[in-house]
Amino acid sequence: MNDLSETIQRISGVNPRKCMKCGKCTATCPAYDEMEYHPHQFVDMVQSGRIEALMASKGIYHCLSCFACVERCPRSVEPANIIEAVRLAVIRQQGANHLKPEQIPVLLDENLPQQAITSALRKNGK
Amino acid sequence: MTFSYFPGCTLKTRGKALDIWGRAAMERLGVTLEELPDWQCCGAVYPLAKDEIATRLSAVRALAAARDRGQPLVTLCSACHHVIKRTNYDFTHDATFRSRANNYLQLPTPYAGETQVLHYLEVLRDVVGFDALKQQVVKPLTGRKVGAYYGCLLLRPSRQMAFDDPENPSILEDFLRAIGAEPVRYAQRNECCGGYVTLERRDFAAKRAQAVLDNARAQGAEEVITACPLCLYNLQANGGGILPVHYFTQLLAEALGIEEAQA
Repeated sequence: MNDLSETIQRISGVNPRKCMKCGKCTATCPAYDEMEYHPHQFVDMVQSGRIEALMASKGIYHCLSCFACVERCPRSVEPANIIEAVRLAVIRQQGANHLKPEQIPVLLDENLPQQAITSALRKNGK
Repeated sequence: MTFSYFPGCTLKTRGKALDIWGRAAMERLGVTLEELPDWQCCGAVYPLAKDEIATRLSAVRALAAARDRGQPLVTLCSACHHVIKRTNYDFTHDATFRSRANNYLQLPTPYAGETQVLHYLEVLRDVVGFDALKQQVVKPLTGRKVGAYYGCLLLRPSRQMAFDDPENPSILEDFLRAIGAEPVRYAQRNECCGGYVTLERRDFAAKRAQAVLDNARAQGAEEVITACPLCLYNLQANGGGILPVHYFTQLLAEALGIEEAQA
């Protein structure tokens, strides 16, 4: 365990040692094809301290926050909380917002609900 | 019976249909929804980080306002419900958060999780009752084959949301039966539509939305209902036109014979 791993565990409130490696989180993940590391690997890599690779992965922006992994985990590990904590460890750094307000206007269409814009900004920036 | 009502940002703008038909229907059913004065955004997403306090405070203001009025708080948007319900759960299960949030807010009376948070559908089921609703239907939607789309936010995590069985929900199907429609069950009804990535990854959102609608159609649905403005947008805009998608309040108002409602 290293400092970054401790940071992720503190932000997420998750103890990765509770994981019994059944892989159910990854099996049920609707973003499976969009992630180079899958939910069970997030849990495993936080436990073993390999955080930099997770922080550099694009998958942290593709988690849909659907909580399927949280609901279906037989050990209440909450993988989604770990993925969010890794994303936060990235975007809390200076100048590291993944989505900036000035990028938004061109992405809008007339039916897009406000909720989509607010949630994207809050998930991807500080 | 009278409740405090939290509409949320989207229901006053792009999601008006969810709100206006919903309020008109409750009025017809004899339930009074009093919109909270000066309500503000719920925060749109529930922050999963344990060290974030400020981002959960706007939801607390709605909870405390309902508490001060002595009323349960009714929500209609799935996302608002998720954020407000989970924030309230934190107040009763996380003493550190409770104390830190109250330190920030400095409310005249500290908030301790007293407010009962109800989704509109829970009011229909538990206060009005689906049998009583059925009695009030004047235009039953006979022959309409409707797939209920639950999505994620109402159901999960079930420990906090306590809304329905997270893997085999029935509240929307029971609602559809009450208004005379034929509910169509399909496997994807409680899987994610991908709405959250629609801004940046429309292709990915479309893949998920079409998987949901394809599955509903394959099981015989001819239309789909939802309680979530983001799901509605995503299923309509990125769903490839596979099936029409409506808010459940639109079908409710139709069955109650409400032809006009004010924004």
